[in-house]
Amino acid sequence: MTAPSNGQGPEGTPLLDVRDLTVHHGQLQALDQISVRVYPGEVYAIIGANGAGKSTLLRTIAGLHQPTAGMVVLDGQDVTRFRPERRARQGIVMVPEGRRLFESLSVEENLKVGATYARNGPWTIERVYETFDWMRDRRRQQAAQLSGGEQQTVAIGRALVANPRVLLLDELSLGLAPVVVQRIYAMLPQILQTGLTVLLVEQDVSQALRVASHIHCLLEGRTTLQAKPADVSAEQVEAAYFGLAGPASPAEGMTAGVPLDGSSQPTEGSGSLWPG
Amino acid sequence: MAWVNAIIQGILTGGLYALFACGLSLMFGVMKVVNLAHGDLAVVAGYIAIGIIFVTHVPVLWSVVIVVPIMALIGYVLQRTVIQSALDRGVLTTLIVTLGLSLVIENGLLQFFTANTRGIGPGMTLVTGSFTLGPQIEIGYLLLVIFAVAVAVLLGLQYFLSGSKYGRLIRAVADDKEAAQLAGADYRHVFGIASALALGTVALGGIAYGMYSSLDPTAGTDTILLFAFVAVVIGGLGSLWGTLIGGIVLGVAQQIGAQINISDEVLAGYIVFLAVLVLRPQGLTFRRAQT
Repeated sequence: MTAPSNGQGPEGTPLLDVRDLTVHHGQLQALDQISVRVYPGEVYAIIGANGAGKSTLLRTIAGLHQPTAGMVVLDGQDVTRFRPERRARQGIVMVPEGRRLFESLSVEENLKVGATYARNGPWTIERVYETFDWMRDRRRQQAAQLSGGEQQTVAIGRALVANPRVLLLDELSLGLAPVVVQRIYAMLPQILQTGLTVLLVEQDVSQALRVASHIHCLLEGRTTLQAKPADVSAEQVEAAYFGLAGPASPAEGMTAGVPLDGSSQPTEGSGSLWPG
Repeated sequence: MAWVNAIIQGILTGGLYALFACGLSLMFGVMKVVNLAHGDLAVVAGYIAIGIIFVTHVPVLWSVVIVVPIMALIGYVLQRTVIQSALDRGVLTTLIVTLGLSLVIENGLLQFFTANTRGIGPGMTLVTGSFTLGPQIEIGYLLLVIFAVAVAVLLGLQYFLSGSKYGRLIRAVADDKEAAQLAGADYRHVFGIASALALGTVALGGIAYGMYSSLDPTAGTDTILLFAFVAVVIGGLGSLWGTLIGGIVLGVAQQIGAQINISDEVLAGYIVFLAVLVLRPQGLTFRRAQT
């Protein structure tokens, strides 16, 4: 395999190592040899248009889809064949798209379910109440009665109390007002303080660029760009996002839209894409 | 006064029907499985009780203590094997598989125990005794005890579902089993526990029916499953206390029917069932949209 390029995160061993993941939905290939390396403490953002395979990637990492090929490795342990519940207990915990709270349960019961198989760690229901102070007063309310933003926060709380090692966030912004989305993302630093690692999928690129330490752009199931947000221009991201090549590239030697040859890792010679 | 008596008897019979129905309702509510072998498993429970009493001569009530855990265990194993593998192929498959299970049990019982009817606990004062409440109102101890047991079972289930760890998981899995998996819960195990509860309760129903009336291999589908189904539909699908209300409505309808003409007893129950299906298909206890 290729050595981690300078566009990758911190040195050392990745906490979550996804190797050449290929996933099919029936006949349709949703992901083509996608590799993702998430290092401890990182906020790794996967961006891409609708249907790029972002959610499929996250759901496969969580265990809800079985890949046709490739591996999911958590801290050296191959979890590819583990069921979702086993991965959750090992520390891969996902906040699913669309919140998916237990609607007939109260806020507190939702958190209790999340804490049932929790690992040891800093997060408790009490800590969630301290972090999101409105929740304590409304803990007896039924989850279905909350607003979308509140539900999203409870869904995050439900995942946090499991004390995940890697927190997977699938489309937090979906169906929420921009101001609510900003408020939710604003809490991220506070969550990261507790030593979490985050892998998130986001359609809202500007939001992703703001919070991420590493971005990874997918287009039709393939990697088109991997970089630190600071190292890429808006044009490059745009080109990777929409699959534009050639004239749209801002600088000479820029191939942001080009690596559709299936290579998901940057090759040794592509230094111009990942400036040191 | 005969009418008042009919209504009282109907209400008390509703307790028996609730015992038939609450497990069926629980399994449907949690995993969307309509267990067509539900009644036959109640008969199996009754036969096991008869066997235990015959062999060991323990008092009838002691047999309950043994039979209920046995049926709960059977429920767990059945769910984790036969029903789960059917569920993996789609909810409709569970109908076919549980129908098959029902046929196998019924014919197996016929084969080994013949078509003879069997009762439980003949000669006990509990079974035959009664007290008088007024002119023409006579209440049997047995039916009163069965009603009390049904209420206790429903209270226990409610307490378990709302207060315990596994009760919470059962409700979570019923809401969204994928989200429950993401929280680390093995929904198959949770389904197994729900099935254990369901068969534990219907075991009580089977034994109670064996004392109140009598058991034979076909009673499972002809009576127990059918009455359970009617009570569940009248009360509202997936609602626990609805099964008691549904059972009471069915029981009262039958007793009033019998009061008009003894041959109208069963028909009257089904007419009410049909009326509820037409006028209020969501059941009597329906409050809000439940998925």
